[in-house]
Amino acid sequence: MTNLLTVERVSKSFGGLQALAECSLSVEKGSITGLIGPNGSGKTTLFNVITGYEKPDSGSVTFEGTEITRASPSKVFALGVGRTFQITRIFARITVLENMLVATQRDEGWLRGLTRSKSSKSELAAAMEWLDFVGIGRLAAQPAGSLSFGQRKLLELAYVLVADPDVILLDEPAGGVNLTLINEIADKIRALNKSGKSFLIVEHNMEFVMNLCDRVTVMHQGVDLVSGTPQEIRSNPLVLDAYLGGSDEYDDEEVS
Amino acid sequence: MLRVRNVWWIVALAVLVLFPLFETNPTWTGIGVSALIFMGCATSWNMFSGYSGYVNLGSAVFYGVGAYTMTLLADHLNVPGNGDLFWLVPVGGLGAMIVAIPFGLIALRVRRHTFVVITIAIFFVFQLSAINFSFTGGTAGLQLPYIPWLETNFNKPFYYVALAIVVFATLLSVAVRRSRFGLQLLAIRDDEDRAAGLGVKVFAVKLVGFTLSAFAVGMGGALYAIFLGQIYPQFVFDPIFDISIALMAILGGLGTLTGPLLGALLLESTQQYLAIRFSNGSIYLIVFGALFLLIVLFMPQGVVVFLGDWRTRSRERRAEGALVASDAL
Repeated sequence: MTNLLTVERVSKSFGGLQALAECSLSVEKGSITGLIGPNGSGKTTLFNVITGYEKPDSGSVTFEGTEITRASPSKVFALGVGRTFQITRIFARITVLENMLVATQRDEGWLRGLTRSKSSKSELAAAMEWLDFVGIGRLAAQPAGSLSFGQRKLLELAYVLVADPDVILLDEPAGGVNLTLINEIADKIRALNKSGKSFLIVEHNMEFVMNLCDRVTVMHQGVDLVSGTPQEIRSNPLVLDAYLGGSDEYDDEEVS
Repeated sequence: MLRVRNVWWIVALAVLVLFPLFETNPTWTGIGVSALIFMGCATSWNMFSGYSGYVNLGSAVFYGVGAYTMTLLADHLNVPGNGDLFWLVPVGGLGAMIVAIPFGLIALRVRRHTFVVITIAIFFVFQLSAINFSFTGGTAGLQLPYIPWLETNFNKPFYYVALAIVVFATLLSVAVRRSRFGLQLLAIRDDEDRAAGLGVKVFAVKLVGFTLSAFAVGMGGALYAIFLGQIYPQFVFDPIFDISIALMAILGGLGTLTGPLLGALLLESTQQYLAIRFSNGSIYLIVFGALFLLIVLFMPQGVVVFLGDWRTRSRERRAEGALVASDAL
């Protein structure tokens, strides 16, 4: 297995707060990698660094051999790294279908948009196909702002998928979602993984992570503490320490 | 549904085309020219600010640059005082676009509310430059070639050129709304960072939109310059223009197609009428103030959206009524 995405010794501080301290991580091609850790351990910051929303102070991020350490979000996306946000972000005042179309051409020159129409037939078909895949195809003509929280999560997943990225970073895909939908999302991720997509998933729902992921990395205070299979992680004393004690931050809902 | 809407557009255009043929009183056709200039400018402004959510309160920069480009070129090229002057109107628009590039490069670096403040600041830089540089004639302003047309027919050519600008700005707005580029502007309005994360080159898209919107506003300024026959910095670089354009679009419906057209038509003709009726140049400010309080309170999304919602609601109510009636039977 080769590494698709490699993060090497990345540091990032906000003023006096060291959010990431020489954190390293890798996502193997075709894998589902989990990223867990207590609140404030730097998971979302790491996502932001990978996808270009934050520039790291030091260290490097490589995607398929290309260095993307300080690339812009649109560049990173164009190369094939898609992401969703912890607080779901959709375009509320345009329709669900138009939301999908924003992402269809992930690497198109900025002038091209002026001379082409909003969508081509094949793009519309692809958009509808992914909407149906996540199960909200019947809402295509609705303004996205009218969707429920769970539907927004699905839409966000769908419009990342429509651009056909190679690796997808999911920030708490199961957060605030009911049990049925959690299972549905897990099934979708498995199906996509079978078709060749790699995933990096931040999630607090331990059952979700342990069932789904091939490998799990645990972060604590900006450092990658341990990496291993779900089995190894479960029994690692360092992990229990990180969650339960030894530091002033812990999260009781995560002990399962 | 779509066909019905097209019919309304054709009717509206026909009324606008025929208006000066039936109404020959220069007072009224003069109001028509001003209203059309504002309709074109508001529509063009809305194409960027309405779609992207970046409220530009420095659009008088484009207007003024259009007017000065026209005046300086007419003088430089010795254009005679006749219809030839109209050929310079698009050149005024191009001048505004050229200025829009550095303007946008600076102002679009910042987001939303800061952007508004920066556009106001840049506007005053331009106004003060026009007052203080010698090639602009300073506060004494500049004269345009005298046009020796008869008073009864004087307004007509201006009216039709202004109408052509309105048609152009409207068609451009439609084209942009239907393009991928327009969709990207709307995505930026709703969530700029998310759009960037989906491959939208946000800065380039904003700059292109900003520059495109300058064209029709610059043409409006150029036409206004010939219409007046002379220009002063305070007239063409006018802070009231900045605000009027934005308010017209917001009153009609920000980001809609008909909104800015309707808003500009209503406000500009009301203002002109009040100014003539009460021979007091400022009374419209009081009326406008009250009007905007009402709009913000009762239809914050603008008249067009409000009426659209109202129609949908009443249709639903009627459908419900029909349902109840059929149940009763």
